[in-house]
Amino acid sequence: MNSFKKNLLKKRYNAERRFQWYGKIAIGLALSFLAVFMFQIFSKGYSAFQKTWIVTEVHYDKELLLIDAESPSKDDLENADYYDVAYKAMTSLDPGLPEEEDRQLIQMVSYKYEAEVKDLLLKNPDYLGKIVPIKLTASDDVDQVHKGNYPRDIPEQNRRVNDYQLQIYDMLNERGDILSEFNISFFTSPDSREAELAGIASSFMGTVFSILVCLAFSFPVAVLAAIYLEEFAPKNKFTDFIEVNINNLAAVPSIVFGLLGLGVLLAVFNLPRSTPLVGGITLSLMTLPTIIIAARASLKAVPPSIREAALAMGASNMQTTMHHTVPLSMPGTLSGTIIGLAQALGETAPLILIGMVAFVNTIPGTPVDPAASLPVQIYIWSESAERGFVEKVSACIMVLLAFLILMNLAAQIVRHKFEKKWS
Amino acid sequence: MNLILVTFIILLAFTSYYFGRKKALVIQSSQRLTALPKFYGYYLAAWCAAPALIIFALWSVFEPSIVKTFILQDYTDQNLTKNELQLIYTKVKALAAGTYTGNITNFLDESANKYIQLKGIANSAKVAIILAILIFSLSFAYRSVQKNDRMREPVEIFLKWVLFVASLGAVLVTIGIVFSLLFEAIRFFQAVKIFDFIFGTHWYPAKTFVRDGQPDPELMKDAFGAVPLFAGTFFIAFIAMCVAIPIGLLSGIYLSEYAGRGVRKYAKPIIEILAGIPTVVYGFFAALTVGPFVKEIGNAMGLQVSAESALAAGAVMGVMIIPFISSLSDDVMTAVPQNLRDGSYAMGATKSETVKKVIFPAALPGIVGSILLAVSRAIGETMIVVMASGLAANLTMNPLESTSTITAQIVVILIGDQQFGDPKTQSAFALGISLFIVTLFLNVIALSVVKKYREKYE
Repeated sequence: MNSFKKNLLKKRYNAERRFQWYGKIAIGLALSFLAVFMFQIFSKGYSAFQKTWIVTEVHYDKELLLIDAESPSKDDLENADYYDVAYKAMTSLDPGLPEEEDRQLIQMVSYKYEAEVKDLLLKNPDYLGKIVPIKLTASDDVDQVHKGNYPRDIPEQNRRVNDYQLQIYDMLNERGDILSEFNISFFTSPDSREAELAGIASSFMGTVFSILVCLAFSFPVAVLAAIYLEEFAPKNKFTDFIEVNINNLAAVPSIVFGLLGLGVLLAVFNLPRSTPLVGGITLSLMTLPTIIIAARASLKAVPPSIREAALAMGASNMQTTMHHTVPLSMPGTLSGTIIGLAQALGETAPLILIGMVAFVNTIPGTPVDPAASLPVQIYIWSESAERGFVEKVSACIMVLLAFLILMNLAAQIVRHKFEKKWS
Repeated sequence: MNLILVTFIILLAFTSYYFGRKKALVIQSSQRLTALPKFYGYYLAAWCAAPALIIFALWSVFEPSIVKTFILQDYTDQNLTKNELQLIYTKVKALAAGTYTGNITNFLDESANKYIQLKGIANSAKVAIILAILIFSLSFAYRSVQKNDRMREPVEIFLKWVLFVASLGAVLVTIGIVFSLLFEAIRFFQAVKIFDFIFGTHWYPAKTFVRDGQPDPELMKDAFGAVPLFAGTFFIAFIAMCVAIPIGLLSGIYLSEYAGRGVRKYAKPIIEILAGIPTVVYGFFAALTVGPFVKEIGNAMGLQVSAESALAAGAVMGVMIIPFISSLSDDVMTAVPQNLRDGSYAMGATKSETVKKVIFPAALPGIVGSILLAVSRAIGETMIVVMASGLAANLTMNPLESTSTITAQIVVILIGDQQFGDPKTQSAFALGISLFIVTLFLNVIALSVVKKYREKYE
């Protein structure tokens, strides 16, 4: 072999190796995007599952509570004035502070601290007249300082926590009076304007209701449509049209469905705004084609021999379909449905258009109560400027992703456990 | 009221199933049955529920508009516009429901009384008609059960019709989309010339907002030029494709031609996770991490970078789209017949030469189809743009500035309370229909290309 040919071969082999590396790099990039992404979300979000409390002492002084009765009833406790008691509980942290500076101490706990003081007494009526320790929800800023998310070394005027508050915080922290516990209220409380009090309960219920409504509307229609198209439809122009229609519908941008929901469900049918009912119906229009396509694929996968055997035994077409083909196709259909619902779960834009973006601070009990949904909650919180919401958003994303992973796992399990392998 | 009626019909259907079946068993003692006993039950139940429910549905659809015509008849001599009439009708309804808070005129009060009266008549008429239909259809069906007619065929024909109607559902959704968009868009184009919309270069709908009164037509002319939005949409989609096509295509090639079975089995689903992550999450990521990152790098290089740059939104969108391209192109390349590869290897070509000169050209239609689908996806993507790119429509080709897109503007316009009849609200529907047309066009081409390609190799 002469040197020219040798060189050419070398060149070609080098090109081969280079090309293979391009592929590896591309896959590596795609995977590293995912890794960076997950790392960002988890590193920002895990701290939201911890809640910071400030421990202090409260004196349930009858005089300050304005309770006259000797043995006060529940109503008396309910109607007592907790302002002074709660105020004293906070200012007792630094008795030397002049009165006009008190706000600095009060700002270290959430604005609901008075209600927390009240709740403790209502739960334990025998605390009346005693001095007892109490846990108060730390304010958003103290919470962030405690979690180390807040830079302490920037100049005081740029900080939301001033030097005095930091000093008190350090003193409390040394005494062990700053507690960090699992944040149950993140899961049990509705949305709030204050980051330290905001939770996902309302949006979680909103999501659950929307998904249930979506399932109730889309699953029956989609399965029936798939059965017709796959088993009964004559091959003609009209059924071709329906098929093209379904395929195109699956690729229509989700926001267009939002416009449909707004223009038809709200404007024409006058359904209640901002509710999971409307959200669920809008999402069901979107998942309809996805489920139809999945159901048709799994009907197609049932071998013709099953149908022929049933027909040979004298079953009618309808009986063959309903008794044999459809039950055998159910695992595939169900896993397709779950995947379609998982897609619907992550949708945000259509829900924003039908008004599920409203601030809701109650937990919805029915599908016709106003609610948000988890993805919309992510959007709402990410638009808030407060630092505490960043970790809340990340935590909310973690919950949403966990939900999605569970649904996809369920789809996999349904598919592999129940699907018959024909070979 | 309606709920009770529907529950009643459904309960009645269940009981009639039971009676039909029982009757069949009675018949069985004297003569041969023409079908299984349960078909007698189905027959009765179908005759019970279907006509009543259909009438009920039709009634519910048409009743409101008929009542409205009756009420507004009294106002025809006042020469009112359509919007004013609508307002009056809303007031009348609120007054009848007891939730009206404005001052009540005699005329309004009269109308409200008439409304309540009409509603009452309509309700009792509805119940009466539905009961009559129930009695009629049930007695008719019961007679054929008694006569022991063939029962299976009618039931199956009925079921087939139910299936057919369900398959019309998807068509109905499309019709609904087209009409709801068209309806508002046409009204928008009555106020704004279609020419100004398509070729105008200035988008600033907020300035047309005038409380109580008609906006200035001169302002309208210059506020709804959609060119910056079209440009922004395609620009961001272009940036996204610059990220997604190389990475997606190369990973697709690697997965289909080089990767061993083990790598393929795990790498493909992991990459597909990228497509399963909700877009709002990408939006958050783009706004919080990528945007500031791009800005920092740009500033370090001495460039003016907006915190909400088109580059950040486009790049993150590109990452989201990678799996659409990689998975689809992997599929189409795997579908290329093995003998093409073998032929190329036999001629002494290396693997990469085979990929570049044989497989890629053979799979090109499918790949183009997958790229078109990805473009349509990028154009319709909303949340990333809303959160990471700007909301002001700039006509710019600088990736470091902020731009806005069609989808982002729709959200901006429609977030919060909207007023129907306002040109600003209607403009969102006009944007929606242009979005729908563009994506539909791309999808139809992509799907037909992919379909042709599949037919070629299957």
